[in-house]
Amino acid sequence: MSCGSKCGSGCGDGATCGSGGARGDAADTARRAFLRGVAAAVTTLAVGVTLYSFGTEPAAARAPVVPGAKVSAKTRWGLLIDAAKCGDGCTACVAACRKENGWGDAGRPATDAQWIRKLTVRNPRNGAAFALPMMCQHCADPPCVDVCPTGASFKRADGIVLVDKHTCIGCRYCMMACPYKARSFIHEPLEDQKPHAPRGKGTVESCTLCVHRVDEGRIPACVEACSDAAGGAMLFGDLNDPSSEIAKRVAAYRTTRIRADLGCDPGVYYRNI
Amino acid sequence: MARIAYQKLEDRGARFWGVLALNGAIVLAGLGAAYVMEHRGHIVTGMNNQIVWGMPHVFAVFLIVAASGALNVASLSTVFGKVEYKPYARLSGLLAIALLVGGLSVLVLDLGRPDRLIVAMTTYNFKSIFAWNIFLYVGFLAVAAAYLFALMDRRASRAAAVGKAIGWLAFAWRLVLTTGTGSIFGWLVAREAYDAAVMAPLFIAASLLYGLAVTVLALEIAGMQSRQRLVGDAIVGRFRGLLAIFALAVLYFTAVHHLTNLYASEHRGIERFLLLEGGAYTAAFWVGQVLIGGVLPLAILAAPARGRSRAAVAAASILVLIGGLAQMYVVIVGGQAYPLMLFPGMEVQSAFHDGEVARYRPSLPELLLGLSGLSIAALLTGIGLKLLPFLPEAVGGRGADAARPAA
Repeated sequence: MSCGSKCGSGCGDGATCGSGGARGDAADTARRAFLRGVAAAVTTLAVGVTLYSFGTEPAAARAPVVPGAKVSAKTRWGLLIDAAKCGDGCTACVAACRKENGWGDAGRPATDAQWIRKLTVRNPRNGAAFALPMMCQHCADPPCVDVCPTGASFKRADGIVLVDKHTCIGCRYCMMACPYKARSFIHEPLEDQKPHAPRGKGTVESCTLCVHRVDEGRIPACVEACSDAAGGAMLFGDLNDPSSEIAKRVAAYRTTRIRADLGCDPGVYYRNI
Repeated sequence: MARIAYQKLEDRGARFWGVLALNGAIVLAGLGAAYVMEHRGHIVTGMNNQIVWGMPHVFAVFLIVAASGALNVASLSTVFGKVEYKPYARLSGLLAIALLVGGLSVLVLDLGRPDRLIVAMTTYNFKSIFAWNIFLYVGFLAVAAAYLFALMDRRASRAAAVGKAIGWLAFAWRLVLTTGTGSIFGWLVAREAYDAAVMAPLFIAASLLYGLAVTVLALEIAGMQSRQRLVGDAIVGRFRGLLAIFALAVLYFTAVHHLTNLYASEHRGIERFLLLEGGAYTAAFWVGQVLIGGVLPLAILAAPARGRSRAAVAAASILVLIGGLAQMYVVIVGGQAYPLMLFPGMEVQSAFHDGEVARYRPSLPELLLGLSGLSIAALLTGIGLKLLPFLPEAVGGRGADAARPAA
């Protein structure tokens, strides 16, 4: 698969997500102590391997990330989306995600990947309508993770739900289980994938909440695009940090989470829907 | 108890080899299809991001469900002490293994990354019913093989207690296995067509029905191949009664499922879709599953005189299996075709087909892959019958009929 070598390097991020993504809080303390001990050695090795893997790419573009350093269950990354500010025809978030993560448009909408999409929702009784972006809702209790037979579908300690491209066997059970239709199966061979967003034919993928950017202290591409070019309808942040803007707004305003009745505890909140 | 004599399938005629060659050709075609799907991707199938499981899964789940039920006859003999079924217990075990291997082959070859089968066999998420099913399926093969050994090995077959213990284990295992298979759908909270505990008993009832129908037909076909009569009238009568009970059970659980959904207003949309407005899915349900797979077989079996004939029971079995495939199609594909309810009561539109009934047209490769599962099962059964004495001797010898006086 063309992803082979790129996954290896690209999953520098992915593997960081996996290893850093402690799946049980109990192990966190011991692991952090252990990680601190080996951090220097790992960092040196990681930088070396990364430089080797990327060859001619400038090293500065690949900020070394200490495995586990930024991933903690104390953090719960999430989004707050204000539908009142989301323009009906605006697809800036979709375009930005596509550009950032390299999922293309082969002109076959039934099989093309769609990490984020714009929904138009209309009340058939009175015609009232609103628009909103829909993507992986990064649930705290994600059904996709529950059903994945190999554990390829997993949740990082900080709440980001990802697919480990090395252990996804392409059974698509997670797609059956996702209430949001947030996942796509790669139906065709791919080329020129982004190193930070490993993708490959025969595996399942979805919004990563731009985990590679988040681990570098940046915000997801969709949020950035929405703030730059559109209405600033999207806000990213740590839902667990009471001092964060997103936590304050979620506490101050009436928000809705889509299909909250399923009890999956989504990390994406909406206003004005 | 009278000693039962068994035989291999001795037919060396062109008909036997012809059937074997036909199935071999279909298996090769299926493997070729799997290669194309693996090489070019699932774009060559009709499956998409809306219908993620298609015809391969219809055939695979059908075969897996039938495999569990194929052990019916063996269970009746060993677990429930009905010795009149004992002459057919070996065949029952062989069919169970052959059908399961056929179903699993299709399931594995349809994976996006079939080359990662080793990952599926070594990396588990034990919260996933899918992962548990991997154990249940592989374990079932082992238990069925041990069961056959206990039945067929000269020394092992003398230890009746061992045979009985393995028979009980196999019986319990297959109930758990089919519960697991039904729960693949029953535990999907996101989709309205699933998310129902009744899926497990529904699948168990379906397994009893399909499995017995396969056994009846296998005995008829083996009888035709060997130009012998392998089934006595008394057993035909029992098969007839069991088929009718199992068909009624499937209809009952299906009715309970749909009536429960119809009572809850939140599920009326999916019910209206499946039962009234779903086009091919509605036809597959009413004509395929209910009429061909339920009502017609019951009518044939209920006919006072003709219903007792071998031809009637065989015809009912064929209809049951056609209805079974239709049932799997409705459950698996129809259940996905109805759009996810992101905003109940609202109309939703997007560039990703939200709010639309999903379109699905099966392609040749996926049909070939699915059909090859049936042929793998047929091929394994044919080879098994040829190599080892799975079949009872003809009625009148020390086979099928011989057991009856002892019953």
